Amino acid sequence: MTDRTTERTMPEATPPMEPPDLDLEIDLLLEAIYRKYSYDFRNHARASIRRRVLAALGSFGLDRVSLLQDRILRDAASFTALLRQLTVPVSDLFRDPSYFRALSEHVLPMLATYASLKVWVAGCSTGEEVYSLAILLDEAGLLERTLLYATDINPESLRAAEAGVYALDRVPGFTRNYQQAGGTRSLADYYTAAYGGVALDRRLRARVTFSDHCLATDQVFAEVHLVSCRNVLIYFDRDLQDRALGLFRDSLVPRGFLGLGSRETLRVSRHAGAFDEVSREERIYRRCA
Amino acid sequence: MTPLGALRAHAPRVVAVGASAGAVEALLDLLPELPPDLPAPVLIVVHVPRDRGSALPELFATRCAARVVEAEDKIDADAGTVYFAPSGYHLLVERDGRLALSSDELVNLSRPSIDVLFESAAYAFGPRTLGIVLSGANADGARGLACIRARGGLAWVQDPQTARMAFMPEAAIAAAHPDAVLAPSAMARTLAGWGAGS
Repeated sequence: MTDRTTERTMPEATPPMEPPDLDLEIDLLLEAIYRKYSYDFRNHARASIRRRVLAALGSFGLDRVSLLQDRILRDAASFTALLRQLTVPVSDLFRDPSYFRALSEHVLPMLATYASLKVWVAGCSTGEEVYSLAILLDEAGLLERTLLYATDINPESLRAAEAGVYALDRVPGFTRNYQQAGGTRSLADYYTAAYGGVALDRRLRARVTFSDHCLATDQVFAEVHLVSCRNVLIYFDRDLQDRALGLFRDSLVPRGFLGLGSRETLRVSRHAGAFDEVSREERIYRRCA
Repeated sequence: MTPLGALRAHAPRVVAVGASAGAVEALLDLLPELPPDLPAPVLIVVHVPRDRGSALPELFATRCAARVVEAEDKIDADAGTVYFAPSGYHLLVERDGRLALSSDELVNLSRPSIDVLFESAAYAFGPRTLGIVLSGANADGARGLACIRARGGLAWVQDPQTARMAFMPEAAIAAAHPDAVLAPSAMARTLAGWGAGS
């Protein structure tokens, strides 16, 4: 066992007081966001939303959620700032390298039998996942016949994803992941130094279409061979998970593939019967014919 | 009131446990004695290196009478089952008793974080929460345990003299003024007594 903390400061003796009617006010805030800005967080997992809303209260210097509601209804810039906090982007190139190894082993050989391919990265955040898949497809010789759709609800994240520029200090971690994922070249082949960071190769970006899509409110938009949606469904309640999984099922060609996050499960979904297991450990599934 | 009396009075819906350095020794004194008919699920956050995360459920599954598994997203937390947070994810519990994972930013430099689990449990179950802080060398869990107490829940802390690393229990004692300071084996006996008497 290791401790990551080196600080030795004792915490405050008392926790901050929780605002009264917190649950009620969070409900009203989410309803206001939906009605005013059409972002639907109403079926997001409550424990996480609550944490994020409380964190946002702190950063706005407000002590009640109703005041935050008032602020974002009248000031779109404040809403943009809140949206950033409600959709925390956390990813890496080749995050969970074993997932990509499993794709190479179990999925790409099947995809290689199609003349043209479509891949959907749902909840692409700032683009790490879609570029990882583009690199993987490139090394399998499939990129030139593939179109990748990368969707997210946060326009700031989409812009960052489309730019494909990442901070220099993240590169060593990316490189380690890439090697563990079974990368056959050097990750440096895929980026150039730019803007104090690294910019991913335009050749990768050329195969990706970035667009706004909401799993809570939008519909199927394409027929695809692979959906990769990792660590997005954990933020949804079971009803919204079911909606998203239904969209994935309806988007996939018969026998198309679905990849989820390493601790997400189809087992509790009403769509469990619509998929076969390809790799239990890596949460890779296949749509029944 | 004795710890057992308080436990029966609160009838926790969840037992939330946090530990860091020294966790395995403390958990070896606590978990094997828990009965499979314990009336609540046991949710555990241990700080472990990311690549060694899945070893704990296996380590304890063969040593425990209760069922021991790794937590998965949105599954129902069953009474009498021990759930370990997967490495790299925060573990939270919802009001309907389902588990939820998150890959939000690190809290107290940790993911999973004990504070995140404890705060979600306090919010979900209020007085019907038991929080337990065991051995560790940082202060994660102290704030969350104080939160459990502030919402009327029960708080136990490992007696620092029995912990390999006393810092985490001491921080929790200072922040939360726990209901009981016990050796893990005494916690196990008390929980077993609650299971037998309910």
